[in-house]
Amino acid sequence: MIMAKPKPIEEIIRYIENLDKVLIAGCNGCVAVCEAGGLKEVEVLASALRMYFLQKGKKVEVDEVSLTRQCDKEYLEEIKDRIGNYSGVVSLACGAGVQFMAEMYDEKPIFPGVNTSFIGVTEDQGKWSERCQACGECVLAETGGICPIARCSKRMLNGPCGGSEKGKCELSVVFNKDVPCGWHLIYERLKKLGQLERFAQPAAEKDWTVSRDGGPREIIREDVRP
Amino acid sequence: MRLSYPTNIRIVKVPCTGRVAIIHLMKAIEKGADGVFVAGCLEGDCHYQAGNLRAKKRVVHVQEILKSIGIEPERVAMYNLSAGMGPRFAEIAREMTEKIRQLGPTPIKLQGVRKEMAA
Repeated sequence: MIMAKPKPIEEIIRYIENLDKVLIAGCNGCVAVCEAGGLKEVEVLASALRMYFLQKGKKVEVDEVSLTRQCDKEYLEEIKDRIGNYSGVVSLACGAGVQFMAEMYDEKPIFPGVNTSFIGVTEDQGKWSERCQACGECVLAETGGICPIARCSKRMLNGPCGGSEKGKCELSVVFNKDVPCGWHLIYERLKKLGQLERFAQPAAEKDWTVSRDGGPREIIREDVRP
Repeated sequence: MRLSYPTNIRIVKVPCTGRVAIIHLMKAIEKGADGVFVAGCLEGDCHYQAGNLRAKKRVVHVQEILKSIGIEPERVAMYNLSAGMGPRFAEIAREMTEKIRQLGPTPIKLQGVRKEMAA
């Protein structure tokens, strides 16, 4: 899922302090799971903003809504009739949701309420971590189900590099945090699967044009198009 | 015991302080309460194992939110006491009321909302 972190309230205040009526729009998709942008977070942020403006004596109305998803037109259309009442919207969706809302309501300023971080998993309650970089050409079959693009800090296709130590990436020292070496994880997993021969052959070259190197991407499937 | 404690406190009963969500504390302040305290069981004594510890974290989170919007974080507090500690409850109620009195009313003023303290 797409993971995000709430933006500091001070930053959101800066975006909207000169507006008179603001809608806080949550997204009940991915960002609700990582507790950054669902209905609960909308309620808390809206309450905090209302209190801030009240005590500053500013007349800013703050309303709340949370849509099923903000990356689909049919859900964005749910606020079609009321969005005209607002001078701006703070969207708590991921970057895709914020942009799709801005595309649909192109006359309204739409502000991001979260920092979209990565595609990842919920490791534990309150702990989310990256697993995929959406590189466009999945290599997980060759690497024991552990992604060298997302898990290796250097995105190496043939690792490990010389920087890892005791299974930890050299970034662990630089940033003083626990970063497992992606290639160490791959090695251990392939050993368990009895596929260590993978290391005898270098990986085939990878087409990076299907990743970000090829510019913004799109998928068009004629079989499911209307 | 016929203990007395300040009459301006409104008690909101919850089955466990683990039920107290961030929005509950925020709403109390937004609706005009000058302060809110959460009275949970003693740490380690939660009937549901960790309800009071979760409440403690949420109280800290609300304090951070209040700080970021310019409201004194001391207006929200967490206390731990058991059901058998009536005198301590009265003491906390007095202590909290006194603390809030010193801070004065919140800058949040809403028409038609009485200023109260919720526990």
